[in-house]
Amino acid sequence: MDVAFIIETIIKIVVLLLVFSALAGFGTYFERKVLAFMQRRLGPMHVGPYGLLQIAADGVKLFTKEDIIPQNVVAPIFKIAPVITAATAFMAAAAIPFLPEFTLFGYTVRPIIADVNIGVLYVVGVMAIGLYGPLLGGMASANKWSLISAARAASVFISYEVVTGLALLSPIMLVGSLSLIDMNNYQSDSWMVWSQPVAFVLFVIAAFAETGRTPFHLIANDHEIIDGFGTEYSGMRWGLFFIGEYANMFFISFLTALIFLGGFGDGSFLGALALLGKVAFLFFFFLWTRAAWPDVRPDQLMWLCWKVLMPIAILNIVVTGFVVMFKG
Amino acid sequence: MSMEQFQDRNVGKQNYFTVDIEDYPVTGMDKFRRVAKRTFRGELFVGLWVVLREMFKFDIHTVQYPKEKLPIGPRYRAIHQMQRLWESGTERCIGCGLCEKICISDCIRMDTRIDENSRKEVTEYSINLGRCIFCGYCAEVCPELAIVHGGEYENASEQRAHFTLYEDMLTPVDEAISGKQKEFPGFGAITPYEDERVKKTPLAY
Repeated sequence: MDVAFIIETIIKIVVLLLVFSALAGFGTYFERKVLAFMQRRLGPMHVGPYGLLQIAADGVKLFTKEDIIPQNVVAPIFKIAPVITAATAFMAAAAIPFLPEFTLFGYTVRPIIADVNIGVLYVVGVMAIGLYGPLLGGMASANKWSLISAARAASVFISYEVVTGLALLSPIMLVGSLSLIDMNNYQSDSWMVWSQPVAFVLFVIAAFAETGRTPFHLIANDHEIIDGFGTEYSGMRWGLFFIGEYANMFFISFLTALIFLGGFGDGSFLGALALLGKVAFLFFFFLWTRAAWPDVRPDQLMWLCWKVLMPIAILNIVVTGFVVMFKG
Repeated sequence: MSMEQFQDRNVGKQNYFTVDIEDYPVTGMDKFRRVAKRTFRGELFVGLWVVLREMFKFDIHTVQYPKEKLPIGPRYRAIHQMQRLWESGTERCIGCGLCEKICISDCIRMDTRIDENSRKEVTEYSINLGRCIFCGYCAEVCPELAIVHGGEYENASEQRAHFTLYEDMLTPVDEAISGKQKEFPGFGAITPYEDERVKKTPLAY
């Protein structure tokens, strides 16, 4: 392994961390604005032009607030839980190609940190480890709301891991590779969503559960269990949970766009723009549903997962299998 | 609209109808049918469309409060004001003490004396805003329309007393003489067009 490769990788990692931490901040701004517009409000308006500096104000607040470790919490676990959420979210990004290859000053840059041959498996697996953030944070908090939230986190994440995995199986069967770049290249003629519409819908539904977004927002459901696992957190530790959640939303959007919506196509400049456009739309969709849809109950969520989505996913795999077998 | 239908208390005669609630599904097949119906009716997409439409319509209802303020009704009961007579600029308050008497939370306190012209003069007048419940009785009982409820509802201050010393509530003299005093249309004041609305005392009985 030569030095240039190591330096390049470190630079990529730093850029990725910076870009997506900043995007998480912008994500909160967009979320507040989009939700506000959909509810005929204005959203943040006072800090900076159109409230744009609100992100900076929030950041300053999060960084300067006292980091409270309440009595009776299990301090080491309580402290490490937000780090797990944020870290796993960013670790998952290692195998995601964010843009096609491009040449910068005569040097070919591949905007993927590690094109491992088990890309999808790695991304989905590491994202699943993110479960330990809410779970440990909630259990260590010495707070009943947090405990409920931890229980819900465990049940929801584990259940929907199944749906995510099964939904992704059929595209993987078609492509015959786990690398996200192979997946992207496979769709040069027609997008995966046309050949695997069921898997696409299942994956999107599961993505909502995995990221804990609104129709399935019961892990940190403000109106019944305060902030769930985040109730006892303050300052930047709470902020890390937030960065993790928003980073996860972005990465899941990238994943959906790459696997189902054609990714960056042939890798041209237009293709790169198209990928960013798709990701932006998917992110907007996360916010859009939050404005439009009500939350479901935990038992309804379990019902949906085990009695509806999982059987459909398995049927989809069986049908895909037959098609692959008989058509070659 | 006539009030008739609201005043008719004979339950059972009106055109009431019970809300039509479907029976809960009992059998598994019925449950399945309901799930399928709800899934494929596309209600979720109606929800999405509605919020998207509102976003593009951009019909924003936010009032950016410190910069924009909604008009308040003329009969709103906010901080009290003491009025002066037009032209002469003398204080309207004659020190009768009715407001002090009627105040149900005992928050008005006044002292009077007989001055050189042997007229009653108010020497001290204060309202304890910590106790005042803004019921408006003082304004209603005042025979001279001297104390009225103004429209000042922004009460943040270092001291509650800042609003309620007599001098603060009183219209400045020059304002009254130059005719700039706002004749307050609010609680306790004569409503507009009162002349037309006055009725003769019925003497028939």
